[in-house]
This record gives sequence, C-alpha cells and structure tokens, in this order.
Amino acid sequence: MIRYSKIIVFILCLWPIAIISLNIFYNELGAEPVKKIMNHFGEWTLIFICLTLAMSPLKRFTSLAFWTKFRRMLGLFVFFYATIHLLTYIGLDYRFDWQPILNDVLKKKFIFIGFSAWLLLIPLATTSSQKMINLLKQNWKKLHRIVYIIAIFGALHYIWLSKTIFFKPLIYTIIISILLLARIRFKNFRKIKFN
Amino acid sequence: MKKIKYSEITPEKIYKRRREFVKTIGLSTGSLVISQNLMGVAVAATDNAKEKITEHRYVTTYNNYYEFGTRKSDPVEKSQNFKTDPWNITIDGEVENKITLNIKEIKNIFPSEERVYKLRCVEGWSMIIPWMGFSLSKLLKKASPTSKGKFVEFTSVFDPEQMPGQRYPILNWPYTEGLRIDEAMHPLTTLVTGLYGKELPNQNGAPLRLIVPWKYGFKSAKAIVNIKLVEKMPTSSWMRSSPREYGFYSNVNPEVNHPRWSQASERVIGSGILSERIPTEMFNGYSEEVANLYSGMDLKKNF
Repeated sequence: MIRYSKIIVFILCLWPIAIISLNIFYNELGAEPVKKIMNHFGEWTLIFICLTLAMSPLKRFTSLAFWTKFRRMLGLFVFFYATIHLLTYIGLDYRFDWQPILNDVLKKKFIFIGFSAWLLLIPLATTSSQKMINLLKQNWKKLHRIVYIIAIFGALHYIWLSKTIFFKPLIYTIIISILLLARIRFKNFRKIKFN
Repeated sequence: MKKIKYSEITPEKIYKRRREFVKTIGLSTGSLVISQNLMGVAVAATDNAKEKITEHRYVTTYNNYYEFGTRKSDPVEKSQNFKTDPWNITIDGEVENKITLNIKEIKNIFPSEERVYKLRCVEGWSMIIPWMGFSLSKLLKKASPTSKGKFVEFTSVFDPEQMPGQRYPILNWPYTEGLRIDEAMHPLTTLVTGLYGKELPNQNGAPLRLIVPWKYGFKSAKAIVNIKLVEKMPTSSWMRSSPREYGFYSNVNPEVNHPRWSQASERVIGSGILSERIPTEMFNGYSEEVANLYSGMDLKKNF
C-alpha cells in the first residue's frame, strides 16, 4: 500500500514540471519567460519546504504514522526544485557569466541568503539514504534540523526580493512560522505529559 | 542608444512607404490609426534589428501600477472600469498663473506626437514603447514657473474605491514623484496621452502620465492630477518607502547597484526564453541629450 502511494506521490510531485512544460509548449510564459521559470521553481521549492515540514505535525494530529514515510521524498524534491531554480538563474538568466553572479551573491542579501539555503540543502540531500541514517545515528537528527534554518532562509529570500510588502511572501512566512512553532509546542506538551 | 526614431528601427523601405501612405491620405489624425496597423509590419520586418518595438500585448499587460495591485497582471485586469472622464489637472505652487485644465483641453492645446522611447524598469527589464505625447515644458510654460520653482512634484490620483491597491499601505498614497526643474523642462520629458497610436489604456496610466526616458520607470508617474512647482526637493513615494534603495534622481545607471536587481544589464521584454540580457546603458542610452544636466555631480551619491 505504502509502496503504491509513494509512486503516486512521486508522480504528483512532478506537477511543477508538467505545468512549466505546458507553458513552454504553448508559449504562455509571457513577457519575461526566464523570470517566470525562475519564480515558478522558486515558489515550488517553498511549497515543498512547507509540505516536508508538515509531515511530522500531520503525523501527530492524525496519529497516523504513514505521513513521515513521504518526508524523505518531499525533502529531496525541495533540493531538486531549489537546484532547478538556481540553475535557471545561473544558466538561463546569466548564461554562466560568473562575474555578475558572484557580485549578486556577495552584494544582494536576498541572493546571498537564497544561495546559503541551497548550500545548506546539500548535506541534507547527501545524507538522506538509510545507509547514512544508520551511519550517523543520533547526529543524523541533529544534522537534519538544519531544515528549519533553510525554511526561514527561504521565506526571507522571498520577502527580501519583494519591493514592498507583498501578499505571497507574507503567506509563506506565516505558514512556515506556524509549522515551526507547532514543533516547539509539541515538544513542550510531551514534556508536560510525560514528566 | 539615442532617441529612437522609427527610421532607425524600421527598414527604410517600410518606413518611407509608411510615410508616403500617411501623406497620401493627408490626415494627421489618420496616422494615429494607421501607425497601429503598420506597426505590426514594422515589428515583423525587424526581427534581426537589435532594437525593436515591444509587442503591444506586453506593453499593455505587463505593468507595474501598484494602485491596481502588485502583480504585473493586476493593472490590466483591474483598471478596465477606471473612470478617466471627467479629469482635471492642476498646475500650482510656485507659478505665476495657477491653472486647472481638464484632459480634453490639454489634448486640444498640446497636440500629441509619436515618441518612441526605451523604458527601463528598476527591476531589470526594458521595453521600447511608441508613446503619443508632448513635452512637459510646454504645459509648464503656460503656468510660468517663478524663480522659486526649483523642483516639480507630480501627484497621481487617490481613489481607493476605483483603485484596489490603494486600500492597502503598499506605498504612501497618493503616489508622488519629482523632478528638478531643468529635468522637467527638458524636451525628452514627456506628458503621455496615448500609446501605439491610440488612446492611453488605463493600465498604462490614463489619461495623462509622465515619461522620463533616462530615468527608471517608477519616476514616470501615472494618472496625474496635480503638478506642483516647489522650492525644496520633494520626497517621492518610493523614497519614503525605502530611501536606501530609491534616490531622488534615479537615473538609469549601470554602475549604481540596487540592493535587489542588477542594474548592469537588463532583460528585453518579449525577446524569448533563449535570448540574452543586454548591457544597460548610462542614462538609458540618452546620454547625449541629458548628461549635461548632471555635469559635476557625483551620480553615485546622487543616485
């Protein structure tokens, strides 16, 4: 059962690729196609961060263990879409012209924080296998808490690139905050309950 | 890039044919309609040309006009019922004759001409747009600015009932912008009444907007209701919102970095997914005309 649902979830996770392919095919990318592709994958990265973070709260709320079975896959999709987002910026927008890219990373705080978030994803993606979990034992959990920092960086990345107070970045910030706060509260509840 | 004329972006043959056509018809107003149709030909024929006029659909659907919302598609979607008639524009402040004109009078007194300028947005994209308009200086002269009138402040309409974006504190409403008097009197500084040979669409700032081709797009206030001559440098809406990011001058300058967008290069709207960024030019390519306004000024400090 889990096996089949994993396949279904995997296919669903390719939805962003399907949309953008249709957009390209029907030439519906609009005035700034490169920016549209970049924003598309940027936003989907944030959505997948939210989905990944939602799994363990869902497990607790519904008392169903199966939610966390999808966590690794969703997390890897975060890395996948973040990488496409980054490659769009480096390859399509700046044509691998490293001078302005380096300038951006160093001088523009939203790019700096976005790039940092991507760098932080690398150790998580490379240690996602069962083998690494067994190898790292307790440290694995500690290491993978970096995802909280990545989520905050992701939200800041979106807020800082906006010219003024925009609706969407605020929504993502609120969702991410709720998902992070939910964890703190759960821990306290458990302490109260079990102590 | 100099002031772009059709003759530069359109193959000569088509350009001349078009002029002859207009001449034969002998109607100056006819040219407004005709240019619309021939524009399509001109654009199609200049695929290889480096600079070409941005397609009408992009000019009229990809807009920053936060009064109607912050998405690029908001202005076209939410401005269609916006009322631009009746519309009065007042020119006051440090002037000898304070005047109020309605938009019809303005259109009658100051005949519009076709002006093709490049618009460079602070977000790092550009369009080449065939505006219809006349030099702001003509209108200002009518009010006779006094010697105290050292700056010009433009105020856009405030009407949250019709402008949904104004119901939120996205910016300090109403939108205000400013120019130094010599910038305002410069012949390139244009009051726009039309686009692509037709009436100015609501989403582009109808019924009257400004275009200052050598400055970032946000300097060009839309739906103007008041032009005030003032003695001290006015604070624009964007300066108030983020003084570190938006200076009073906001001249297009590839050497002055904006914290968010690269100003060294720009994406050309409508140029397709595989086309490269192009380098941004000082004063958006209008150096020859306007550089002398800033001689001796440190443009990095006065950004």
